[in-house]
Amino acid sequence: MTDFVVIEAGSAPGLPAPVTPKNVPHRGGEVNPSAEALKAQFGAAIGRADVVWGETSVFIEAARALEIVRWLHDDPSQSYEYLSDVTAVEFRDRGQPIEMIWHLRSIKYRRFLRLKAQIAKGAPLEVPSVWPVYKGADWLERECFDMFGIKFTGHPDLRRILLWEQYAEGFPLRKDFPLRGRFSRAEQLRQALAANPEARYSMEELSIADAFAELPLDMRARIKGGETTGE
Amino acid sequence: MTTKRTIEVELSTSGLGHDGRPQRIPLVVGDSGGVALQAPPALEPDLEGEHMLINIGPQHPATHGVLRLVLELDGETVVRCIPHIGYLHCGFEKIGEYRQYNQIIPWTDRDDYLNCIGNNIAFSLGAERLFGIEITPRCTVLRVIGMELSRISSHLVWMGTTGIDIGAFTPFLWSFQERENIYNLLEGWVGARLTTTASRVGGMAADIPDGWLDGLRGFLRSFPKTLDECDRMLTRNAIWTGRTVGLGVMSPEEALNYGLSGPMLRASGVDYDVRKDFPYLDYETYDFEVPVGVNGDVYDRYLVRMEEMRQSVRIIEQAMVRLPDGPVNVDDPRVILPPKHKATSEMESMIHHFKNVMEGPRPPIGETYVAVEAPKGEKGYYMVSDGTAKPVRWRIRPPSFVNLAAIPKMVEGHLLSDVIAINASIDIVMGEIDR
Repeated sequence: MTDFVVIEAGSAPGLPAPVTPKNVPHRGGEVNPSAEALKAQFGAAIGRADVVWGETSVFIEAARALEIVRWLHDDPSQSYEYLSDVTAVEFRDRGQPIEMIWHLRSIKYRRFLRLKAQIAKGAPLEVPSVWPVYKGADWLERECFDMFGIKFTGHPDLRRILLWEQYAEGFPLRKDFPLRGRFSRAEQLRQALAANPEARYSMEELSIADAFAELPLDMRARIKGGETTGE
Repeated sequence: MTTKRTIEVELSTSGLGHDGRPQRIPLVVGDSGGVALQAPPALEPDLEGEHMLINIGPQHPATHGVLRLVLELDGETVVRCIPHIGYLHCGFEKIGEYRQYNQIIPWTDRDDYLNCIGNNIAFSLGAERLFGIEITPRCTVLRVIGMELSRISSHLVWMGTTGIDIGAFTPFLWSFQERENIYNLLEGWVGARLTTTASRVGGMAADIPDGWLDGLRGFLRSFPKTLDECDRMLTRNAIWTGRTVGLGVMSPEEALNYGLSGPMLRASGVDYDVRKDFPYLDYETYDFEVPVGVNGDVYDRYLVRMEEMRQSVRIIEQAMVRLPDGPVNVDDPRVILPPKHKATSEMESMIHHFKNVMEGPRPPIGETYVAVEAPKGEKGYYMVSDGTAKPVRWRIRPPSFVNLAAIPKMVEGHLLSDVIAINASIDIVMGEIDR
């Protein structure tokens, strides 16, 4: 079979043995050294670094997310090989910006880093996709798009994932989305009965990702833009 | 010369070639014995434009829930696989924003419903970090026992259902018998079998009853024997190896890049286990090994899970020995309810109980991402608090969701029947994927 080489976690020399964190302070504590390194590398694109409950969050400029993540992934002194999660947070306070969250892990250095990018209210919800660096971001970003309507530029196939593609009620995890949905039960039922599930078996649908450029303009706009209801 | 059995094994599809392209299935055996790599592609005529679409699921027993796979086939070879998910979506994360922390715990039962107690504990760990609570030593050890029992029971379901998918019925019966024992134990502990809701913020729903450890000892005596029987039944079985070896290969770099976790990642040769590398519940003080595969195929995932069950038994044995006396719940009136007899007889306790239940405990402003090593992989709960009794955001990082995202990559170039084996090897739970 293939001659695999086992990748050892925590293989960087001189790492202390990991222990269960105890009595973690609410704020402050040991800062992940990557925060400093990021500041040195990217300067103004890096905002403040918070340590909350022992976890370091670094604020970054949303537009440069891909570049920053690529450096964290590629640079041997950082070596963040593993993308745990991509998600977003919208706060109950309407004035507070939406936060994009990336949870990264360095297997080699046993580090955990949270990157945050703030998207001001009213600004277009767009961030660069990190899919070119982490293939695992594919579905995570699709889910984030599905739930928040955040567009990931450069994502190869940004479609709804948990909800169906014709879903027109908006983006459920936005705070202005009511818990029971936007449409009445009668309307939801009517739409469900009118849906044509067979439409999703077509060869055209299967080839969307490949033949995106050849699609008619309106279809491209529909796929690229997603639904606008709820914005 | 290669032996007959080796050729049989090699005849199963071998996944991706050296150039990263899916390999076709050779129709004849070459002279060299290393058939799969040398077979010229012309052996299989390319029926251009004659691809067939086939739909599997969402109601197919081999999809382990309501997963729907649309496959584009060239003959019997998968050219492309498009998974459709979301049939079980019920908005857990949205609902969580309208619930207090302790009220969310029943929802964690329902996300990965084969690992309920593990999810309960993972969520409680996150909430306790958010509250700044240190749990008691007895609670820590009890939680380790709960998590490892739940890992065993989840892996047993995996082994049984995968056996059925591939054609072995007997291990299913044996594994479900042992799983039944685990559920009996859980029923004795918290009163529920499947959806346990076993933990609370700051402790557990209940301490273990008298004599419970004897039942656990009994289970630990019988279970390794059953596991050995399954091992004898499957590990060297020619049909089993023929249908699993060399399937759905992921290299270590690919597996990391796709964000795979748990047995999927370790079978691909990445020695990453949250229990060892980012420990919680004092896992660093237990003596156990983390099995790592070397081929990254379905067979290695099977071997890794089998060994993990054995290691879980070791952990439980150590935990039973060290289980200290003392309280299970922390002495923190912010989160812990007063005893029932006091709540029904003393005014102050009743008010305390009322306010804790109706208004709910409030963590300080903050956020935390707590990950545990669930049977399926790295299960993370990310919670953001704005100082109120309900989280602003409760995010589940579902390991099977991320693992399943790699299935188009894993099945390409394999036979249709191998899709079932590969899908089974991911160990998906649709409740967790769709949430």
